[in-house]
Amino acid sequence: MISEPAPTGGVTRPTGPTASWGRLRSAVTARPDRAQVLLAALLFGLGFAVVTQVQQASDLSGLRQSDLVRVLDDVSQRRVRLEGERADLEDTLQGLTSASGREAEARAVADAQRDTYSILAGTSPAVGPGVRMTVIDPDNQVRASILLDAIQELRDAGAEAIQVADVRVVASTTFVQVGNDVQVGGEIVRAPFEILAIGDSSTIDTALRIPGGVYESITRRPTSGTAAELSIVTDDEVLIDAVLPLEEPGFLAPDDQAGP
Amino acid sequence: MIAVIGLILGIVAGLVLQPTVPTELQPYLPIAVVAALDALFGGFRALLEGIFDDRVFAVSLVFNVLVAAFVVFLGDQLGVGAQLSTGVVVVLGIRIFANAAAIRRQLLGA
Repeated sequence: MISEPAPTGGVTRPTGPTASWGRLRSAVTARPDRAQVLLAALLFGLGFAVVTQVQQASDLSGLRQSDLVRVLDDVSQRRVRLEGERADLEDTLQGLTSASGREAEARAVADAQRDTYSILAGTSPAVGPGVRMTVIDPDNQVRASILLDAIQELRDAGAEAIQVADVRVVASTTFVQVGNDVQVGGEIVRAPFEILAIGDSSTIDTALRIPGGVYESITRRPTSGTAAELSIVTDDEVLIDAVLPLEEPGFLAPDDQAGP
Repeated sequence: MIAVIGLILGIVAGLVLQPTVPTELQPYLPIAVVAALDALFGGFRALLEGIFDDRVFAVSLVFNVLVAAFVVFLGDQLGVGAQLSTGVVVVLGIRIFANAAAIRRQLLGA
């Protein structure tokens, strides 16, 4: 814009770096006079103002109203955005909390069901009050049918878990007469053996001893040989430790679509 | 020499005192500072060209500052303060660059 030194009223002045440096040097080394003091005062004010403004510009108090409105808008929008984010996160947290609560509840129910089913299926040991029956039968008088009747009687009396000798008795356990031997669940059971049952011991005891019941049919005097003996003892803690292997179904699959 | 000392003293005083600008003056101070810087560069250029005059420099500096502040004041009254401030800063910035170019040419010959 201003490329050439302005002409200064006909008086030609030397130009170029040498003359300029000379003028600069003489200006710096000039003796202070009144005009120089005035300039110093002006420049003092300038330096003061520059520093003041620099410090002022770094905070909000130096901004105009319109700028302040813009800053306020930004802050408001940011606040709205952050509040939305917080609401989302709280929803997520609530969802996760209730989900974990439901999961724990479902797991407790499933655990209880598993315990029940595993006892019913005979896949886990069981302990509880019940009766302990000992059968002494030197002449193999006790037939499979009598034993099956006894088991049925125990079930009717509310026995929840039953064990004959070392065999756990469940719904599918077989009682087969093979010659003089009794097979329970495929294993030959020879007297003397124990029958353990967990349930209401007084009810079971009573049920076993009713006239014409289990006790009488086992100890009935036979046509030949020695009669079997049966002792029934109630116990507060009967341990049934025989278990059956858990068999995976080979063919069936649960039908989820069918209602309960 | 004493002028440079005055400038340095002003900066030091500002740093030490940490003054607070009155609210009414806040819009004008930045423009006034830029105007004063323009006058300063112009005075330095005049010095190098050998046409420096104390009186002219003092008056131009004060006058520049006042005019710049007045323009901003007028802009604020008209509702275009921000735009007018920008305009003033642009114009003064161009002048500062032009003066700086002249100073460079005087001192370095290029």
